[in-house]
Amino acid sequence: MDVVVEPGLEHQAERARSRHGFLMGLPTMIYLFVFFVVPLGFVVMYSFATRTRTGRTELAGWNVEAYERLGETVVRAVAFRSLWIAAVTTILSLALAYPLAYFISTRRPATRNMLLVGVMIPFWSNFLIRTYAWRVLLDSDGIFTRIMSGMGLGDGRILFTNNAVILGLVYGYLPFMVLPLYAAIERIDWSLVEGARDLYASGWSAFRRVVWPLSKPGVIAGSILVFVPSFGAYVTPAILGGNKKGLMGSYIVDQFMDARNGPLGSSLSVLVLVVMLMGTLIYFRQGGRSL
Amino acid sequence: MSEASVAVGLHGVVKRFGDVVAVDNLDLDIRDGEFFSLLGPSGCGKTTTLRMIAGLELPTAGSVTIHGEEMGIRPPNKRPVNTVFQSYALFPHMDVARNVGFGLEMRKVPKEERSSLIDWAIDLVEMGAMAHRKPAQLSGGQQQRVALARALVNRPEVLLLDEPLGALDLKLRHQMQHELKELQREVGITFVYVTHDQEEAVTMSDRIGVMHDGKLLQVDSPERIYEHPTTRFVADFIGQTNFLEATVASADEVVLANGDRLRLSTDHDGGAAVAVTVRPERLTVHGRDEAPVGAHSLDGVVDSVVYMGNAINYTISVDWMHLEVRCPATLADDRKYEGDEVTVSFDPDHASVVVG
Repeated sequence: MDVVVEPGLEHQAERARSRHGFLMGLPTMIYLFVFFVVPLGFVVMYSFATRTRTGRTELAGWNVEAYERLGETVVRAVAFRSLWIAAVTTILSLALAYPLAYFISTRRPATRNMLLVGVMIPFWSNFLIRTYAWRVLLDSDGIFTRIMSGMGLGDGRILFTNNAVILGLVYGYLPFMVLPLYAAIERIDWSLVEGARDLYASGWSAFRRVVWPLSKPGVIAGSILVFVPSFGAYVTPAILGGNKKGLMGSYIVDQFMDARNGPLGSSLSVLVLVVMLMGTLIYFRQGGRSL
Repeated sequence: MSEASVAVGLHGVVKRFGDVVAVDNLDLDIRDGEFFSLLGPSGCGKTTTLRMIAGLELPTAGSVTIHGEEMGIRPPNKRPVNTVFQSYALFPHMDVARNVGFGLEMRKVPKEERSSLIDWAIDLVEMGAMAHRKPAQLSGGQQQRVALARALVNRPEVLLLDEPLGALDLKLRHQMQHELKELQREVGITFVYVTHDQEEAVTMSDRIGVMHDGKLLQVDSPERIYEHPTTRFVADFIGQTNFLEATVASADEVVLANGDRLRLSTDHDGGAAVAVTVRPERLTVHGRDEAPVGAHSLDGVVDSVVYMGNAINYTISVDWMHLEVRCPATLADDRKYEGDEVTVSFDPDHASVVVG
């Protein structure tokens, strides 16, 4: 045959292929750059800027004052309260989601899909509306309050407390815990459990020594997916929480709005971002893949 | 057989999955210390039988005993048996040593004793250099050895093996067959081995039980199974064979389809339709009318000749059927060619009467 692939043609073809991939991704990359990377750059820039006496942010006289203020007692209290609420929310979600995810992943495939859709149904209505619905339920003459007091479990008034915030957050983010857990547990080879049982492990030991460690990627992914948004949550504390200055999300909003302190608001935002990044890093370090 | 020498007893064992009968009224005694194979095609119920001994499946009816002790609905962790799974089922998050030590740990064997037993088992399968590797870092054959060590380290009364060599390539499989047999002699534990590979079963086992459609068709030594199958399925499943359709004339005589009478003992009723099975290598080919006295002979014509290197396969048509004959490769002057008129003969001792 006279037709020969000339030297260099192969590389040209490979370059063309990678160029096609780049061109297809380009619109999205432009979108993300304009509406995500650039604003993020502004936030970082603002955090080093100067606040004038009238409350304007001047892009001059660069300093780290806003970061120094992160060490103040008030800020630390807000940060720790937010961390605490995010941690409790994560642990409660895990405790609620694990048995459910385990149950779903041990059903037959058809049943599994039905149950998974069930878990996702709440997403079909607006988050804000669902949170307001909780406000109605938790109101002093709402169903929750009446049931609690009817059963003699206190007066059931938890609206505008941190407990109400945790309740709302667990409710809102539970599917984010269930789905990665399901994905991890569903992937486990059940012959491993049979193997453990055959090697004298009780049902509980087989779970503790085989199922739990192998589902860890799901536990970590779910925990990050719940912890990170809980830490910076704004809507839920604003609607169900009492002390509006108490948590990170609302505290940041207050800095921009009421206190007119752009640099502090920005440095707080950077702090939240760093916490989230650390969480994500831990996840990838643990070898997780499914987000 | 005395009670004491029975390692595993299965009596009237039935297993149903919904409407499907996976194991149908199985009776079997596996002797202490023997290498016993359950052989059959996929879906014949052999793995289900093994899983019922392990306790991973509970029988719908019947009794499973291990060294005379009724197992009932006892869970797997309370049975004195261990399993080598087809997929090996090695724990991916533990290294070789921790995999092997898992059973000992679960039984709360003290730490020092545990580690010396782990060393013994890992050495037994020659995996000493790999003790701290994870299963994913091992080849299929190495994983196989670890699975074996993980089971043997517990010194089970019976070791159950579910197609343990199925995932290995041919060469490695042959090597492991040999090693498994050696290992079984060395540790003296009863092996119950499930396989669909008849060659594997024949070369390794002390006895074989052939299963088909949930039923145990024949339990015998490999030699008896091969030379004297009792059913058409067994004869056909274990190697190649010829079936000569026949009718039972009396307790020691059958009539072939061409009217030839053949002295063969059978316990089937007179008039019953049966088949006489003769292995291709038990048939010999001669020139017409040169067959030896005392052998049964049939006249035919050579249909085809296939040279196999160490043997020659002939297909010979006698007037009512084709016969497959395998002869050792011989010198040119003994060879037959297509169209040759020949006589095929066999010693009736090498033939068996089968039904089914």
